[in-house]
Amino acid sequence: MTAPYDLNDDGVVVVIGSGAGGGTLAPELALKGIDTVLLEAGPRYDIGDFVNDEWKAFGMTAWLDMRTTSGTWRVARDFPNLPAWIVKAVGGSTVHWAGASLRLQEHEFKDRTVYGDIPGANLMDWPITLKDLEPYYAKAEDKMGVTRTNGIPGLPGNNNFKIMKAGADKLGYKTCHTGRMAINSEPRDDRAACQQTGFCFQGCKFGAKWSTLYSNIPKGEATSKLEVRPNAQVVKIEHDEAGKVTGVVYGDKDGNLHRQKARVVAVAGNSIESPRLLLNSQSSKYPDGLANSSGQVGRNYMRHMTGSVYALFDKPVNMYRGTTMAGIISDESKNDPSRGFVGGYEMETLSLGLPFMAAFLDPGSWGREFASALDMYDHMAGMWLVGEDMPQATNAVTLHPTEKDKFGMPIPNVNFDDHPNDIAMRNHAHRQGSALYDAVGAVRTFPTPPYPSTHNLGTNRMSEKPRDGVVNKWGQTHDIGNLFVSDGSQFTTGASENPTLTIVTLALRQADYIADQMNKGKI
Amino acid sequence: MRVIEKREVYSRRTVLRGGAAVTAGVVAMSVGAGGVFGPGRAWAVDAKNLKPETMQTLIQMARDIYPHDRLADKYYAVAVQGYDTQAGKDAALKATIENEVTTLDGIAAAKYGRRYVEVGWEADRVALLREIAGGAFFEKIRGGLVVGLYNQPEVWERLGYEGPSADKGGYLERGFDDLDWL
Repeated sequence: MTAPYDLNDDGVVVVIGSGAGGGTLAPELALKGIDTVLLEAGPRYDIGDFVNDEWKAFGMTAWLDMRTTSGTWRVARDFPNLPAWIVKAVGGSTVHWAGASLRLQEHEFKDRTVYGDIPGANLMDWPITLKDLEPYYAKAEDKMGVTRTNGIPGLPGNNNFKIMKAGADKLGYKTCHTGRMAINSEPRDDRAACQQTGFCFQGCKFGAKWSTLYSNIPKGEATSKLEVRPNAQVVKIEHDEAGKVTGVVYGDKDGNLHRQKARVVAVAGNSIESPRLLLNSQSSKYPDGLANSSGQVGRNYMRHMTGSVYALFDKPVNMYRGTTMAGIISDESKNDPSRGFVGGYEMETLSLGLPFMAAFLDPGSWGREFASALDMYDHMAGMWLVGEDMPQATNAVTLHPTEKDKFGMPIPNVNFDDHPNDIAMRNHAHRQGSALYDAVGAVRTFPTPPYPSTHNLGTNRMSEKPRDGVVNKWGQTHDIGNLFVSDGSQFTTGASENPTLTIVTLALRQADYIADQMNKGKI
Repeated sequence: MRVIEKREVYSRRTVLRGGAAVTAGVVAMSVGAGGVFGPGRAWAVDAKNLKPETMQTLIQMARDIYPHDRLADKYYAVAVQGYDTQAGKDAALKATIENEVTTLDGIAAAKYGRRYVEVGWEADRVALLREIAGGAFFEKIRGGLVVGLYNQPEVWERLGYEGPSADKGGYLERGFDDLDWL
């Protein structure tokens, strides 16, 4: 049988979401000969549609459906209806991601053991170790073409990196380089080398940056075992009397609902939409939502400790030229509680164009203090700070009690409070970032608050025991054998690294498991 | 390294075309029937639904909220010109803007005996703005400016941002790593 598949075909695997998780899993299953339908809520663009324009690209690709926020995090004040900056389009957030591809560290799989009992934190060890993932990390790095792996040279450093490197040397940091990036430093996998356009977040016009949109998905489609259905937003997962899932109901762009039958369903809608969908699929058999016997669906929402430091110099930098995330320092990503917090953080160069800098440098501020910073935009360097945040049971994605979307599905609310450990880490990171730029002669530094979340994690956490989490070590839900979670919501804890490489790694590993279980007739 | 010319550069062509070579601040903008005008009528924005004086106040507010000395008034005029059009379609919005500007002028009159735009020092006008800052009207104007002002390609140039690069082959051969002063 070849794609497209019939709505009544109950032999297909349905994958919901086409980003790093779903956009990896679905083509991988197709390559194994498994009939796969990939449902994506957003439209399908191609590289020719991308624009080097921050607001236009944002309007085109961002997930802008209504969401609400609560809690004491600053994002709730600055961007009350935009808790997350993620993509609604085929390729998901791999369309706009920066490309940083770092493996988690061994101790970051064992937080509860290594960090101990942190009051207020719902810490737990992962049911897997770094060793379990190593072969799949290697496979993911090869598929994505990660620099500094597989003999692929590092990218050249841009102006923003030069400043970071000079400061890192002054501070005695040892691990500053141009990163492990899923951006071609030379042509590879039928994709061009990076042309240093400076618009990684707007969709790479040269296809140099890995994205499921043009890397994995076309390879899956070439097998005739994968059908990608864009503009298909799943609103409910259905099940039979025995409790096995039987298919999904989705809305198309005209607002019509369709029912796609399925043998297996894998949810990969990112950490806000995935729990929203499970919660909204409640039934008389599963009154608290699917796969939620633990009560953990939607809880332990993590978004990384984030912040930025921008700095002005008396001479030009022109940081916007070239790779958005052009360099990294990993010295602070160790766990060293003597700093006043557990876990660690990465320091990564970041540039925003002038339009986004105006919106994100210090949201809400005005007057000469603010404007004078933008007057010096071409003299500015910048870095993003991304570290491990503490999972907390009350940081949660829930269904809004009254507001609904156009399909009648309750919109999600995202509640978040920073944990004291997150705040201590952010303060430390802001201090170190400022010190780095001061060491190179900065005339003014800006400890910039978090942007809407790009790393959304943990809301369907992986656990050894069914009572502690939503999925097992394969991402298979503890409650329902033919229901899987395939995105970052599986993360038991957040670690300090950008999560995409690990999401891809888990998806590759899960594809092997699903194929094996199907072959054995277990699902 | 390749640096960006942030000053307004007047070519012979632009002078011939529109007589645009007027320095901001030398001659103040003026109000007239149906619009607000730059010096020498180098630029104009409509005030067909809002009072011309109201439009003038919005332009001055825009400059005082995000003051950039290298930006002429025309960029601020462009940033707020949409309010006149919107006021033509939305009577409630029109009333809100007129009332709020009247309120601001009332605060200015009480303190300085003149309209907001006629208060001479920026610091004094900013002190007046602080009295309405945080309110819905101020936040609407400020929030609108974040995109309305800073998303103008001409403003990008003035502040040293080059914008799109893919059509020029990126920055690989155009200075992505040309920083030479460290």
